[in-house]
Amino acid sequence: MSVKKVHDNQPKEFKFSNENLKKVEEILKRYPETNKKSAVMPLLYLAQRQNDNWIPLAAMKYIANYLAMPYISVYEVATFYTMYNLAPVGKHFIQVCTTTPCLLRGADKIVKLCKENISPNENEISKKGNCSWMEVECLGACVSAPMVQINDDYYEDLDEKSTKEILTSLINNKPLKPGSYRGRKNTSPEKILISNGEKHA
Amino acid sequence: MPKITINGKEIEFEKGMTVLQACELADVEIPRFCYHEKLSIAGNCRMCLVEMDKSPKPIASCAMPATEGMNIKTNTTLVEKARKGVMEFLLANHPLDCPVCDQGGECDLQDQSLYYGVDKSRFVENKRDVKEKYMGPLIKTQMTRCIHCTRCVRFATEVAGVPEIGAIGRGENMEITTYLEKSMESELSANVIDLCPVGALTSKPYAFEARPWELKKTESVDVMDSVGSNIRVDTYNWEVKRILPRLNNQINEEWISDKTRYSCDGLLKQRLDVPYIKKNNKLQKSSWDEAINLIVDKIHSVQPNEIAGHIGDMINMENALSFKKFFKSLKSENLEFREKNFYINPDEKMNYIFNSSIAGIEDSDLILLVGTNPRHEASILNARIRKTFVQKKIPIFSIGNPGDLTYEYEIIGDSTEDIKKIVNKENDFSQKLLSAKKPIIIIGESALELKSGGYIFEEFKKFLIKNNLINENWNGLNILVQNASTVGLLDLKILQGKNTRFSSFFDDLKNRKFKLLYLLGSDNLEIQKNDEFIIYQGSHGDRGAEIADLILPSATYTEQNGLYENLEGRIQEGKKASYPIGEALEDWKIFNRIIKKLGLKDKIAKFEELRKEVLETVPNFSEINELPKKSLIKTNNIETSFYSEKIFIRELDYYYTNSISRSSKTMSECRQIRQKIKKDGTNN
Repeated sequence: MSVKKVHDNQPKEFKFSNENLKKVEEILKRYPETNKKSAVMPLLYLAQRQNDNWIPLAAMKYIANYLAMPYISVYEVATFYTMYNLAPVGKHFIQVCTTTPCLLRGADKIVKLCKENISPNENEISKKGNCSWMEVECLGACVSAPMVQINDDYYEDLDEKSTKEILTSLINNKPLKPGSYRGRKNTSPEKILISNGEKHA
Repeated sequence: MPKITINGKEIEFEKGMTVLQACELADVEIPRFCYHEKLSIAGNCRMCLVEMDKSPKPIASCAMPATEGMNIKTNTTLVEKARKGVMEFLLANHPLDCPVCDQGGECDLQDQSLYYGVDKSRFVENKRDVKEKYMGPLIKTQMTRCIHCTRCVRFATEVAGVPEIGAIGRGENMEITTYLEKSMESELSANVIDLCPVGALTSKPYAFEARPWELKKTESVDVMDSVGSNIRVDTYNWEVKRILPRLNNQINEEWISDKTRYSCDGLLKQRLDVPYIKKNNKLQKSSWDEAINLIVDKIHSVQPNEIAGHIGDMINMENALSFKKFFKSLKSENLEFREKNFYINPDEKMNYIFNSSIAGIEDSDLILLVGTNPRHEASILNARIRKTFVQKKIPIFSIGNPGDLTYEYEIIGDSTEDIKKIVNKENDFSQKLLSAKKPIIIIGESALELKSGGYIFEEFKKFLIKNNLINENWNGLNILVQNASTVGLLDLKILQGKNTRFSSFFDDLKNRKFKLLYLLGSDNLEIQKNDEFIIYQGSHGDRGAEIADLILPSATYTEQNGLYENLEGRIQEGKKASYPIGEALEDWKIFNRIIKKLGLKDKIAKFEELRKEVLETVPNFSEINELPKKSLIKTNNIETSFYSEKIFIRELDYYYTNSISRSSKTMSECRQIRQKIKKDGTNN
């Protein structure tokens, strides 16, 4: 992974919607008046939400002016954290966890499928459907490895077959249900449903 | 004072010091990259690791506060091993391109790897490669060499006050860049080149010009503005290759402005090398004898009061004195050095210097700027104001709108009416001013140029004296002059007789009273040329030479010895680093030649005599490089008249203020970029 590049086609303007402006007010209340710039991360996240899951330069400038901080500081934060997208992503944004536990359980196969079905490279919007994918570090769901995150949802316990199904459903814009694809409920044990002498949830 | 043990030696240290500073007190050198005295502490290079008793791991001495009873060891195997480890990591991604790197020979990494480097690399992976970044016409980048010390980032944010450099990305992919690769909008930007401990940021105009060990280094002073920054002039043969700052905490600390640093390529261009005489409306090369004969003829053909002289912005005191003596022998009194007719009261020294002193700005608790833009008129002084603002959050006010000064200030008016209210205590601000213990009032030339310039100065002075704000310990009355020569020339009593405060020189010039005008390195005077005979004596073919009928080539500030007095009244010595070009001569030698030709042999003065006389003439002189002695406060009641006027701060064409910077290619590039920014609000 290299430094995230800002996208070539940038919208000229960015403004928070009225609804988001109310949220901004709420966020700013959490920080002392003199340290308004502490709110830069939640505000960037809010901007990303509002702008189809990516942050344009105009939004960084807007936030910098809003919080009275230098442009470069906002830019530093936005490029530091991997979860801020600085270029457009697909409507279905697939983040494949490739950290050790997932990789041991076959995340490389998922990556291969993404390359075949969506786009040959990361962060490229697919020709069919509106999808893009990228490799990410641990998403904290090692117990149900391998897994992918699609927009806000986790798809867990995947194998090649289920991944293919999910990807096809995304391309057809009819996403399948999130959760375990081996029939587990949350993170409960797979076959023995009893733990600690009681029936598990 | 608390005590600390360093390598078995117990020393006392001041509270608040870090372990690294305490080690320096004990004469123990600690290697470092990210730590810099004048910047905040980052603690990210880890080169300064030392061993501390009771600590299982080595500590970063630059970031660890020293405390009573600490036992520090810097010469153990653990320390050496730790530093070697750090060095190995730094070198893992650092390219081995020292032979083609401009930092070679003065590179911290190179020097320190001599002691802590390992001869073989265990890093077998590919080295990191970072694309070059654009940072403007002064800074050349080679970001693969960067070791992420963040000195440049801290300098831009803290000292320069233009937070435009930052570190983007993270971990191995971290990169230093300006925001969207714009050029840095600061007058101090090139100082990041000195700060960079490796060759990541190097000087663009100086790229591949010379190696540091080939250069002759001459310690001198700067004449681009009135601050008198201490500089080191590096020459290769007779060519000035670069100018670097010298540490002087009283004046420029470790910084110099971009104009000081990069005007030096102007020393080689547009130079006048032989005398020129205008024949048939065309300047033609001639000889010294011919030129001097012509001058003598001209002098004999006019009345003494029809001869006028104007002294330029970069003339040293010996040359000016020699010029004054030359004019005295001609019996002419029409000498002037102001470029615009601004009010100055030369009766006592206090009236035209920066009395609070530059270092004294840090003690002040309130600053009022009157008709001045210190950022452009004296960038280094502005950096000191900013430093004080950042450290102590002192309130800063301005009368007139100077634009962005890199710190916050409040505009409390834009006309002389507002000043009248302040001095008559009819204003809320007067109370603030009176309740301050050490206020500073900085009056700029833009205010003194007004018709009520006299009123502004004298009333502020009276106001401060009356309220005991000018006393033995503090003097808050400051004049910010723009030219390096101004204070020195005032001390030499160049203005004499007649009405010296607002000079009649300019009216006489306008009314064409002068028949012979002698310009001594003076390029910024506005002259509507008529039939007067103009002699221009200077170093560059600039505005003065353009209108001249006769040109005499002379030496620049790097080509001769000479004293300069900075705005604080501090006399400093500029040293000869190179030789005058072609047939050019030092100014005083030229006057001696003319005097000899005039047949006044007894008036010839040698350089040593001139210097001696200069030092004897200067009032309140203490010592070279020191502030002048304080004088008793005289209360003289000078009546001045008030006019209701707007205070408009004349915008300075920062990169184009004198003949050297106007000849410099680098300065023109900077100016173009600045004009473009102004025009369409973006650059690059």
